Amino acid sequence: MPTLSVKVNGKAVKGDVEGRTLLVEFIRENLGMTGTHVGCDTSQCGACVVHVNGKAIKSCTTLALACEGAEVTTVEGLAKGTELHPMQAAFKEHHGLQCGFCTPGMIMAAIDIVQRHGKKPDEEIVRRELSGNICRCTGYHNIVKAVQAGAANM
Amino acid sequence: MTGTGVGASVRRKEDLRFITGKGNYTDDITLKDQAYGYFLRSPHAHAKIKSINTAKAGKMPGVLGIFTGDDVAKDKLGGLICGWTIHSKDGSGMKAGPHPVLALDKVRFVGDQVALVVAETKDQAKAAAAAVQVTYTVLPHVVDVAKAMKSKVQIHDVASDNRVYNWSLGDEAATAAAFKSAAHVTSMDIVNNRLIPNAMEPRAAIGAYDAGTESYTLYTTSQNPHVARLVISAFHGLAPEHKLRVIAPDVGGGFGSKIFIYGEEVACVWAAKFVGRPIKWTGERSESFLSDAHGRDHVTKAELAVDSSGKITGLRVNTKAAMGAYLSTFASAVPTYLYATLLSGQYNIPNIYAEVDAIYTNTAPVDAYRGAGRPEATYVVERLVETAARELKMDPAEFRRQNFVTQFPHQTPVIMCYDTGDYGAALDKALELSDYKNFARRKAASLKNGKLRGVGFSAYIEACGIAPSAAVGSLGAGVGLWESAEVRVNAVGTIEVLTGSHSHGQGHETTFAQLVSEKLGVDINSVSIVHGDTDKVQMGMGTYGSRSGAVGMHANSKALDKIEAKAKRVAAAVMESSVDDIEFKNGTFTVKGTDKKMAFGEVALASYVGHKFNSNEIEIGLKETSFHDPANFVFPAGVHICEVEVDQDTGLTKIAAYTAVDDFGNLINPMIVEGQVQGGVAQGIGQALLEGAIYDEDSGQLLTGSFMDYNMPRAANMPHIENFKLGFTCTPCPTNPMGIKGCGEAGAIGAPPAVINAITDAIGVRDIAMPATPLTVWSAMQPMQKAAE
Repeated sequence: MPTLSVKVNGKAVKGDVEGRTLLVEFIRENLGMTGTHVGCDTSQCGACVVHVNGKAIKSCTTLALACEGAEVTTVEGLAKGTELHPMQAAFKEHHGLQCGFCTPGMIMAAIDIVQRHGKKPDEEIVRRELSGNICRCTGYHNIVKAVQAGAANM
Repeated sequence: MTGTGVGASVRRKEDLRFITGKGNYTDDITLKDQAYGYFLRSPHAHAKIKSINTAKAGKMPGVLGIFTGDDVAKDKLGGLICGWTIHSKDGSGMKAGPHPVLALDKVRFVGDQVALVVAETKDQAKAAAAAVQVTYTVLPHVVDVAKAMKSKVQIHDVASDNRVYNWSLGDEAATAAAFKSAAHVTSMDIVNNRLIPNAMEPRAAIGAYDAGTESYTLYTTSQNPHVARLVISAFHGLAPEHKLRVIAPDVGGGFGSKIFIYGEEVACVWAAKFVGRPIKWTGERSESFLSDAHGRDHVTKAELAVDSSGKITGLRVNTKAAMGAYLSTFASAVPTYLYATLLSGQYNIPNIYAEVDAIYTNTAPVDAYRGAGRPEATYVVERLVETAARELKMDPAEFRRQNFVTQFPHQTPVIMCYDTGDYGAALDKALELSDYKNFARRKAASLKNGKLRGVGFSAYIEACGIAPSAAVGSLGAGVGLWESAEVRVNAVGTIEVLTGSHSHGQGHETTFAQLVSEKLGVDINSVSIVHGDTDKVQMGMGTYGSRSGAVGMHANSKALDKIEAKAKRVAAAVMESSVDDIEFKNGTFTVKGTDKKMAFGEVALASYVGHKFNSNEIEIGLKETSFHDPANFVFPAGVHICEVEVDQDTGLTKIAAYTAVDDFGNLINPMIVEGQVQGGVAQGIGQALLEGAIYDEDSGQLLTGSFMDYNMPRAANMPHIENFKLGFTCTPCPTNPMGIKGCGEAGAIGAPPAVINAITDAIGVRDIAMPATPLTVWSAMQPMQKAAE
């Protein structure tokens, strides 16, 4: 079985994985970090979004071995100690979550939006950019507010 | 005051774990020695199982066990139940066919679970499932509820015409007389499209057996773990309740679909004993599509009778309601007591008659989905009322207003007695918030951009806070629908509230704590809400039907009152005064007319120390329990106004503006209530514009089996922030001390007719099918189609 070496949330990790092992399986099962979720298996819902080398990707359709040597950031890697990332804080402040299942992917996607569109993404951009992240609870209203507020504070 | 009491938009306590990735959902849990289960499902809509050969699969790497319906039958594990008995008009009982945990002899829909394969890893279980050889004799099938009664296909032996029951409510003769004397009758054929709930967390379960204590533990994605324990214990007969612990940890959304007891969770916990290891099953999204209970799927003929003064005098419906291949846990109640009892809407309608056929089809079972019966009723009533107003050339708002119920309590002809409300006030507020008077100006502006703008109303009412036990018992429910609470005050004055309600997005850990904060004057950070574990909370009925506020919190409130009463006795003893002289305010006990006082925490400590009072007179400790059975349903109501813009070239409909004015009585946490409305409206917009489950008539296959085929609402489908306006009116509910009604389902109930009324207004057609996709809308706008209208 091949060995995968990656940095996850700044920490170097190694693990034996099969060729077919998905990045999300490596994160959840090998590393036991369960903040990254699987909601659809088909790249539609975005519950599995993590950052690989600073870019948002869907870890449910990325082979773990394709990330050899990469820097992976998951939702667990955002806060500095007890200090929340501004996007995390904004989701709480603006009630951008209910059941919480889509939330890690939403937050990771939101940070990526800011990285590409700057600190003042307009509503149209935020809504369009979230097309790959599905939430069944909130109707997106407060998620859009949270993304804009979080962006301003990043 | 603590600032965290009732009425404050307190930020949610539960958020920290969800935003940092520390939530604890069922699939996040790994038990020692855990094995993995995978369900082999039927590829056929209807077939006899001739044989199942597991020999080859059983020898595959890592396989620990393969279980079929025969194994379940041999072990005498009971089948899945439907907990609400409905009787037909002729008095006969409903025709409930067998609903085995794993298919026995026959499969009845694509996705029916045939075998459970358990292996060391998920991939091994899946590979072995592919090697199980099932020989089927394929039978003809029927998936369309409108055709199933006349079909030659027979899905269950007990129901020769596939009809589960033929039920009626209301006075048929009086309603017929009202139609005979009507000045105007509006008739419509109304289809309520089948929906797939799609909570973002797929269903999952971990079953475990402890041979040392002969007890089972089931982790499951449930909205009501105690109901699951009761059913698995009493009906499946797996183990007595004290030997079965059911834990529903963080649950990623339910919307009704996680109320029900499903074969997969029962099979996992049952098989764990034979495998000797815990078995985890996590559904894939395609399994959610195939096997979660779906919602809606009604075909209705509906009529409204109006007299010459514009007064509604009668309403009559004949509904065919799909049940799918089996009767799910509460399926039978949805198109009957949760549907026809709401057909009076917000209106004073003297004569109503409903006849409902519940019908088996070769599809996934249909059961409660956000609103459950009430969205179907509201859609019928509000499409009829809007259409009648247009036919009578009356303003739809004013036609509604002149038929509103204005005197309370109001007894409808269909069981419900509305306790309180002010429907005119909500209409006025919605008209104002939506700037209805300037609609014509906006319509003209849209037209300049090539867009057709329309406006649609929906004045919904719903009955929730489910439900008075004796009332539902008399209507056929197998259980009472009360709720329980236990309040444990610790010696240092912190508080644990154990509730039978279950939070899976509703924010109970915050709102329930706000009630404690309000009543005991403590900060919510001193309060923990414990739920979702049958070993911690003794008993409960769970969360659905917008019941956790009106019923669950009411139980809390009663237990908190007992805490206060007991604490006053302790305070009186310690401060050497009479109980009658003790006053409690803002977390402090004082003795009337003196400067003696004790903080809540001091009294808590004193009650456990026990030195300062006679423990023969006052029992040590501060812990109280309450069971609350509601006196009536609660009746949230509101007016939603939707404006759409339709692109004439493509038929694409955009929600240009949405206004929701709701009367939920008093609000515990306005921020959370608004979130519930926004989410509910999104699901309603989804039903109206995007979502619809489609089974292929020829193959019986589910064509909308993934997020690529089933159109879930995305952020871009919702109205812009400044165009989505929420407002509230308030008539406090008289049957609970907080004066609250339910808010969880209102949006999903109110939105579909508002959207469809707006589209039909925009393009000038009488009716359009849901989901009103661009193709459907574009087709309806073509001259040939319009001429046919």
